[in-house]
Amino acid sequence: MIPVAEVGFYESWWVQLLKALVIFAVVFQLVPIVLLAERKALGRFQHRYGPNRVGPFGILQPMADIGKLIFKQQFRPRTSVAWLFLLAPAISMFTAVATMAIIPFSNVVDIFGTEVGLYGIDPDIGILYAFAFGAIAFYGLMLGGWASGSKYSFLGAMRGAAQLISYEVAQGLALVGVIMMAGSLSLTEIVEAQSSLPYVIPQFVGFLIFLVAGFAETNRPPFDLPEADAELVGGYNTEYGGGRFAAYFAAEYLNIIVVSAITATLFLGGWMLPWVDPPTWVDPIVVLAKTLILVWFFFWVRATLPRLRYDQLMSLGWKVFLPLATLNALVTAILVVVT
Amino acid sequence: MPWTAGDDVIEVIRAPKAGPVRGTYRAFGETLRGLKTTFARMVEGPKTFQYPEEKVPVYPRFRGRHKLHRFEDTGLEKCVGCSLCAAACPADCIRVVAAENTPENRVSAGERYAAVYEINLSRCIFCGYCEIACPFDAITMGHDYEMSDYNRSDLIFTKEMLLAEPLDRTPLRNTGE
Repeated sequence: MIPVAEVGFYESWWVQLLKALVIFAVVFQLVPIVLLAERKALGRFQHRYGPNRVGPFGILQPMADIGKLIFKQQFRPRTSVAWLFLLAPAISMFTAVATMAIIPFSNVVDIFGTEVGLYGIDPDIGILYAFAFGAIAFYGLMLGGWASGSKYSFLGAMRGAAQLISYEVAQGLALVGVIMMAGSLSLTEIVEAQSSLPYVIPQFVGFLIFLVAGFAETNRPPFDLPEADAELVGGYNTEYGGGRFAAYFAAEYLNIIVVSAITATLFLGGWMLPWVDPPTWVDPIVVLAKTLILVWFFFWVRATLPRLRYDQLMSLGWKVFLPLATLNALVTAILVVVT
Repeated sequence: MPWTAGDDVIEVIRAPKAGPVRGTYRAFGETLRGLKTTFARMVEGPKTFQYPEEKVPVYPRFRGRHKLHRFEDTGLEKCVGCSLCAAACPADCIRVVAAENTPENRVSAGERYAAVYEINLSRCIFCGYCEIACPFDAITMGHDYEMSDYNRSDLIFTKEMLLAEPLDRTPLRNTGE
């Protein structure tokens, strides 16, 4: 019998539980920080200060926003499908958090005599797990748009569907090069393989494609077509308000963190730093720093680029990125075999 | 029958369609240029005023809230209750009721004085015609622009309020500033 997923390292159940709680807590603390950082960064990019009224330097602004949203009336349109309408934000939230489980913050370390791998899980399927949850995350968006029973929400969801199929293929193919070079799907092994050189240099084309597809996957500008505030009045989340909207909103920012963390792991060398070999306790900080730099890049792009037209987005995905990613995978395969 | 364009029809000459190299440059080079532009804006820093704490100074001729004046030597009011300001006011927000000065009760320098002088600032459009109409320079436009209130009736300024020295709330712009 073939095991479903071969576990390279065994931990007792309480270690796994503790790990899950710590990762959940850390990632959830990042959401308000990223939320505030985005508004501050956007302000700076536009010669403004951004929020600076609530608390010192405006650090309580995300708390005020969340408090406002939670105390709002829970509203559901008459035409909506009740249970799907309630389920959709939860799916978005769940998949975003679940993907975070495979981000490795460090390899197996010794904490007070207990061997602990600083990651949620390290399955052999590794990056495929992230793609699986990325595909499920799309159900949160699609069901939310469809179950709202509103044409704007539905249009947003349809755009989301088309966008997803345009980008997920190219995104997956962009990673094939990395997987071939590392010879493994496991994220920890991919990071270990980058000890001499982060893959952003040999796999630069793959990095670019993965990053751009990441923008599309998280519905961030310039690919925020499913939400498109101007023409779709918010897209798939038009009919959502209060806590449910807060769930969608938090899921969006969680997705940004997750995509940044995966990019940092796969292309920027995870906890590895070039030329220096820091002690083990620095590793999670290095991963978080690389993640936040990429998150900041998301803000930078949002402040710069206007939203693409619908057909431009599709033709970019199918006509440019898919052939480019295929070519990249092909060249990498030849080079891996030759050398 | 073939259609031929007349002389008045302009042919639009478009740039040649971008090839693969030029297209790639447009996609990536121009994106990088855009990123550079926004980054430079961030380096420049914010240009906004933190309004309630940091006020934009006004120019000397700024038309803010009105002021009524007294003679500095005698302390008598300059206003003689002629109602020319009320007549000039396009928004009809000034109300003047005049009364006779008596030797016992001397308020203004002229024959009569304004017993009631009210400006409804919720109607005032700050055009400054009252200032121009006034033959004795008794009413001028001040520099105060922070006049919001919770109540419409609180925006009707009486003579005492207009005569009082206004709170120094608005900085005045210096020469060359």
